[in-house]
Amino acid sequence: MPDARSDIFARIREALKVKAPRPHLKGEPVAGMTSTVAKPWLPDGGETTEASLTILAEQLARLKAVLIRVPDQSSAVKAIAELSVAKQWKKVAYHGHASTRPVAAGLGCETWEVDAGFDKQKLESCDAGLTTCEAIVAQLGAILVSSTGSGGRALSILPHAHVVLAEVTQVVPDLGSALALARARHGDRMPSMLSFITGPSRTGDIERILVLGAHGPKELYLVLVG
Amino acid sequence: MSDPRSIFLKDATVTSADGTQRAFIRKALGGYYVNRDLQKARYRDWERARDAAALAKWNAVNDLAVVLEQFTANFERNGGVVHWARDAAEARAIILGIAEKAKAKAIVKSKCMTSEEIHLNDALEKAGYGVVESDLGEFIQQLRGEAPYHFVFPCMHVKREAISELFTRHLGTPPTDSPEELTMIARRHLRQLYVDADIGITGANFLVAETGQISITENEGNARLTAALPRIHIALSGIEKVVASLDDLSVLLPMLATAGAGQPMTCYNTLYSGPRREDEPDGPEEFHLVLLDNARTRLLADPEQRDALHCIRCGACLNVCPIFKNIGGLAYGTTYQGPIGSVITPHLRGLKQWNHLSGASSLCGACTDACPVRIDLHHHLLHNRRNAAKESPTWFDRAFHHGFSFVIKRPWLFAAGGRIFRATLPLLRKLPLPYMGAWMKTRDLPEAPARSFREQWRHDHA
Repeated sequence: MPDARSDIFARIREALKVKAPRPHLKGEPVAGMTSTVAKPWLPDGGETTEASLTILAEQLARLKAVLIRVPDQSSAVKAIAELSVAKQWKKVAYHGHASTRPVAAGLGCETWEVDAGFDKQKLESCDAGLTTCEAIVAQLGAILVSSTGSGGRALSILPHAHVVLAEVTQVVPDLGSALALARARHGDRMPSMLSFITGPSRTGDIERILVLGAHGPKELYLVLVG
Repeated sequence: MSDPRSIFLKDATVTSADGTQRAFIRKALGGYYVNRDLQKARYRDWERARDAAALAKWNAVNDLAVVLEQFTANFERNGGVVHWARDAAEARAIILGIAEKAKAKAIVKSKCMTSEEIHLNDALEKAGYGVVESDLGEFIQQLRGEAPYHFVFPCMHVKREAISELFTRHLGTPPTDSPEELTMIARRHLRQLYVDADIGITGANFLVAETGQISITENEGNARLTAALPRIHIALSGIEKVVASLDDLSVLLPMLATAGAGQPMTCYNTLYSGPRREDEPDGPEEFHLVLLDNARTRLLADPEQRDALHCIRCGACLNVCPIFKNIGGLAYGTTYQGPIGSVITPHLRGLKQWNHLSGASSLCGACTDACPVRIDLHHHLLHNRRNAAKESPTWFDRAFHHGFSFVIKRPWLFAAGGRIFRATLPLLRKLPLPYMGAWMKTRDLPEAPARSFREQWRHDHA
């Protein structure tokens, strides 16, 4: 008996001998990359940085994520320190990066860099995780984190709050641009995880009523520098 | 009577008569309609965006051998292991084999309809593994011992009081009528399970051929945790989930969220390309992907209905379907409910036993209008009816069609028949007609017109 793989491929090739009609479309198909072709049809991500930032702020507000805009790195340190006091965070885990280390040093609570590996149980008990990100998508209010650039897989999902520290220059207009950026940056060696985070974790499973913090972070803060 | 058709008719009769339940479902969907329209309005051209999404899937499905080969080559290059399963039994055996080799004890799962399709939980539990569903809705359904009601909103039919009672019974928590508090109970209960599990099982929404990544869409963060903490990650996916390029997701991910749940984008859209890399702090040591055929190639072999494989499982067709809203999800008796389920189930499980679902439609076309990837759903229900009549005609089909073609070929007979029918209509209106019981229960025969259509036409155009 042939193995399952060859069998399935044989079935596929046999099935595709007959061509299927093209789906009924509203307009003629346009040649080109999906994101380029569909750009004028999808939600607007803004043509200028200012427009993108306005859309981003609207999207994040709708998603119940908190946007904190600061002029420079030192004000970011101060803003996150204030946040940790207001929220009474006792333990904050963070991804070690030139921009996050001064923030961690400025917090008045226990901090812990996870990049060298960590105990899952200990990370679960953290009040907040502090990470950088790969890009921010204005069109959707989505933040792209990665396992190489944001302290692994668990840091941005296991602690009860997630703080993202980013630069205004990391904001891209739309999802297509963010995917292209990831492709250009990582080529054929993608991080084992790339995740678009669009607002704090949520569920509507009980009577379709929105509840934040289903399994992931209940609170999401984006601290945008510049 | 235990054939699928009889069970369906019995269950659908009961559920469609339950006015309270129907009102509850309508109310639950009310918020979805508002949010969906709000998000659709942000699209500068929703209809053209549907064109782009449909073409992305059409291109991949019609070039499946090439894209699938490219996908698996890239997936393996990234360090993942691909397993092929012709059917449900092979898929179960593969997953049991991985669990056995890993000497696993606890398994945590995130939402995966394909695993419902192959009855994975039963198989794992019978083999002695503890399996916990981590998606809140699936967790509730697992405790209830019931299949999902809706493949996106699994427990949308369950009232909060029932969930509170369920948690009290199984988890010993105090009763509450707050959805928030109920969610937190599940959150606290499940958190430890992710930490302790040896294996995490997830589904996949898209397989990206260009990069060898799998894409998982979810709101709660449970799939993220399932793929982050356990030692082994197993993903289970149908072979039709593949798309050619990463760029295709720029259309598919937002449309999946908007069509399915009225969101701009689902909370977490995550691409996984392999096990933990050496330069990463965490992640699983092993990453397995089980690719399942299970009659998908049979659907692929039907060019007329091949587009049913475009389905991205957003659930939009269920949310707008008058049949779904009235009979509910459980009455279908299928893994995939609603219009898409009625179209594909006869292909997956046999047309003869499941053709009754093709009749469970008003053919209003709301499903086809709602589908973000332009599957011609309501026409496929008609195609299935036609195929069933061709494949295994009932004596009634045969007699009726022979009789009809005999009469229609003889105009004088047709006219005579019409005259007799008009003359006897007043009498027929009073008689209980044989074989028409179910139809006539809620309908009356019309009054006979004075003249036939042909007579009227001749008169008006004389």
